Parts: sequence; C-alpha cells; structure tokens
Amino acid sequence: MLQPHRPPARSVFGSLLLIAVVLGASAAAFAYTAGWLSPQRLTANKMVDALTPPDVNPAGHRRNHAKGICFTGIFEANGAGSALSQAQVFSRGQYPALGRFNIATPDPNAPDATVRVRGLGLRISTPDGQQWRTAMIDAPVFPVSTPQAFYELLLASGSKDPNAMKAFAGAHPEFAAFGAWATSAPWTGSYAEERFNSLNSFIFVDNSGAEHAVRWSLLPAAQPVSVSPDDLAKRGPDVLEQEITERVHSGPQHWTMVVTVANPGDPTADPSKAWPEDRRAIEVGTLTVQQIEPERDGPCRDINFDPTVLPAGIHTSDDPFPAARSSAYAKSYDRRTAEVQDYPYTTTGAKP
Amino acid sequence: MNGVRRRFTVPQRILHWLMAVCILAMLFIGVGMVSTVMPKYLTLVSIHKPLGIAILFLALVRLAVRLAYGAPPLPVDLPEPMKLAAHLSHYAFYVLMIGMPLIGWGMLSAAAYPVVLFGGVHLPAILPLSDSVHTLLWNAHFYLAFAFFALILLHVGAALFHALVRRDGVFEAMAPVSTHDAVVPAE
Repeated sequence: MLQPHRPPARSVFGSLLLIAVVLGASAAAFAYTAGWLSPQRLTANKMVDALTPPDVNPAGHRRNHAKGICFTGIFEANGAGSALSQAQVFSRGQYPALGRFNIATPDPNAPDATVRVRGLGLRISTPDGQQWRTAMIDAPVFPVSTPQAFYELLLASGSKDPNAMKAFAGAHPEFAAFGAWATSAPWTGSYAEERFNSLNSFIFVDNSGAEHAVRWSLLPAAQPVSVSPDDLAKRGPDVLEQEITERVHSGPQHWTMVVTVANPGDPTADPSKAWPEDRRAIEVGTLTVQQIEPERDGPCRDINFDPTVLPAGIHTSDDPFPAARSSAYAKSYDRRTAEVQDYPYTTTGAKP
Repeated sequence: MNGVRRRFTVPQRILHWLMAVCILAMLFIGVGMVSTVMPKYLTLVSIHKPLGIAILFLALVRLAVRLAYGAPPLPVDLPEPMKLAAHLSHYAFYVLMIGMPLIGWGMLSAAAYPVVLFGGVHLPAILPLSDSVHTLLWNAHFYLAFAFFALILLHVGAALFHALVRRDGVFEAMAPVSTHDAVVPAE
C-alpha cells in the first residue's frame, strides 16, 4: 500500500488557499464569459425583451412578426443561380417550400392596417438534405446599420420620453431612408402584391470556389394595387390573412426570386444602405404559393425562419444582422415553445 | 510490484486530458454564445455543435476503455464518504458526457434545426418536431450545463486536494506525466 507524505499544517493552509484561488478564478472566468459581470452586453434576452411593449402579451407567439399565416408551395429554380452558388437549390428543379406571411408587430392581435412593414419567412428544402431559410420584409432598406442601433431604436420607440424618437433619428441619420419609405410608399391590400427583400447581404460560393456578395428579393407576379391605410382598416383587422387565403384558394400565387450581385465596394455590412439600381440582377427561379393554412395548426408555426440556416454554397457576409437575428430568433423560439399553454388553439386536439 | 495498476492506462489518460480541454471549451462556448448577439455568436454555435458530437464520440470510446481496463483502486485509507463521492462523481461525469450531447442533438431535432458539423455534414434528426419536447430538453441542456461546470469545479478541487494535501497518489493516477516522486512505495 501507499504511505502518503503528510504535509505540515502551514503547507496545508497554503494548499487550500491555492485550491480556493484556482476554483474562484475558474468560476469568475465562467461568469465573465456568461456575461454576468457585463450588464451592458447586448444579449438576445435584452433584445427580445425590448421587442415587447408593456401593453402587449406575446405569450406563445413570435416576439416580432407575431401575426402571420402559413403557406406551402414550390420553389422552381431555373438553373441561372448555379453560376453564383453551388447550392442545390439553384440547380434547375422543383423544391418544396414552406413559409409564413406576417406583419412586423410584436402584437399577435394587431389590426393589419396598423402595421407598416410586412414580411415573408421561407424555408426551401433540397434532396441533399440542406435547407435555405430566409426571412424578408417589404421595406427596401433596413431602418438601422447595426444590431446595437436596432436595440436603441426599440428602446426609443418604447420610451415615454416624447423626444426619444427625435433624438434617436438625430443620432442615426441612416434611419431617414427607412423613414421616407415608411411615410411615402403606397400600401397594398395583399401579401401577393408585395415585394420582399432579404436586405442583409450574404455570400454565394460558386463551383470554382469564387465568392459573390449578394442580396435577394421576391418580386410579385401580381400587380400591386395601392390602398390607403384607412381604406385597408375598413376591410377588417385580419384582412391580409383573409385576402391571401381566398386568393390562393382561387389560384396559386407567384413571386420571381431575383439575386442582386454587389459591385466591389458596395456596402455589404450595412442593410440600411441600398445598392445602386444598376447592379447585376439575376432571376434564379419562381416561388409558387399553393396552399394557405392558419398558423395555429399550420406547418410554419414551430419553424424558426433563422436567416443563418443556409445550404453549403451560401454563407453569411460581414453584415452583422444575420448573427443578431439568429440569436434573437432562437431566444424568441425558446420562449414561445415553452408557452404552448398560452397559445390560442381553437381546433380541439390539435396539439397539447 | 504486483499486477495492480496505480495509474490509469495511457489511452485513458490521453482521453481524460483531451476531453477535459474539449468539455471546458464546450461549456465556455455554450455560456458565451447565448450571451451575445454579435457575429461571434455564429462562430461559437458552429463550433459548439460539432464539438458536442466529438465529445459524445470520445465519451463512448472512453466508456468502452474504462470497462475494458477499469480504474486503479482508491487509497485504502480514504474515508468512506470521499470514496463514495469519488465513485458517484465518476458516474455523473459519464452521464453528462454522454447525455449532454444527446440532449443538445435531441433539442435541435425537436425544433427542426439542422445539425451541421464541420464540412457541411448534416446529422439526421433524432426526434420529431415537438414544442414540448424542445422545451424539456432545452431546460435540461441549460441547467445540466451549470451542473456540469459545478461538477468540474468539484473535481478539480478534489484532484488538487489529493495532489497537494493528501498526496495519496490519486492525482498521479491521472496526471499526464509521471510524478512518481510524490508517491513512495510502502516499506
């Protein structure tokens, strides 16, 4: 058997002190990494908390773009996108698509005519097992340049200080372009008449390994008919969901997917800045929406349209937003899936 | 010297220290990634998933090696509560090393997130889409991560206690290099 060397008492004290220091330092490093010592760090929790106004109960719903309706359909690639990206989704063929039309509000019960921005979440699956998820909006530019500025925008718009928004706009001159669109662009009465834009820049990798900075948009086949928000309000609080349901019931709706390629020097890291109109734009395929289903029992409800779920052949760029969106969307997903008891199911036995 | 081993075998020691680095990195990456919305979030997540699968693989290999070679006996003069703590903590380590990656994989599966490893390799979903299962596994993954880190602190504290205070050869049994000066054979 072993005969241990018993150290003297003073050495024992020193050893115990050393052990305490090692454990304390390890715990402190862990706490620092977890952000517990950095209260000003912008976390997904903070971002998601800031999305919800005090008078809204979002339980069970997405924390932004809370009101929406599911669709299923087909993305038919024409093969032209293969020149830019090796992703299978651009090879000529038909791929199943699942998505969600939505309005950009944290309030799941907001009347449609009160929400300026509309969105489309999309997931295209390919036979190689890969997925392309994207969440797009109808604004031509994003309101701000950085996730931190977006957080400040949320705080300013939720602030009781009447000058908060003016101060924010003063500190963020990039906000003006979005503001101009929001106040002057015509409204439509249908999701089918909206153009949806990725706004964020991504990198396409082609078969030779060359990289192309791109943004993409879905251009509606339907002719937009402008309607004033007041007239839209008269059609009812859920007019967009009713309209798209009837419209798709009478015939599938189509959008052309257009990929725009940046020139060297174009602002890929800043979605508040549009690229010049003359940039190379390639039609890569057509999204056909074939069926509409209510969210509560629809296939889009438990899908997170995380814009960083990308097939090989597409990856994120220096644009900081997809990371921030991925982080915040995951937090929103974690919260709402933990709140199923608060989700207003109406179909008996649909889900627990 | 008889046939009783005083140290873990070389494969066991290699696995122990390799996994120690992987698991500590994993826990720090985990708490770091969920505390930021910056671009490093994506980098950390893209390491977290394949590293978790690597730990799962290494843990299964390690379990097989452990069943084949066993462990050196604890010192006979070690008090019973410490022996019990040593044995239970080792069970806890194996449960967590194998369980945490499976819970993470299951949690992503239940949310229909793709599980992408290095090089774009996709793992299949091991569970169907389910909000309630996702929530259960998310909570387990979250709280067990902190339990895992606490267990590691306990483990490091105990190892250093054996090395510096008891000097009974337990630390040397897993030490990466031989430090036989610390232990003398019985007369």
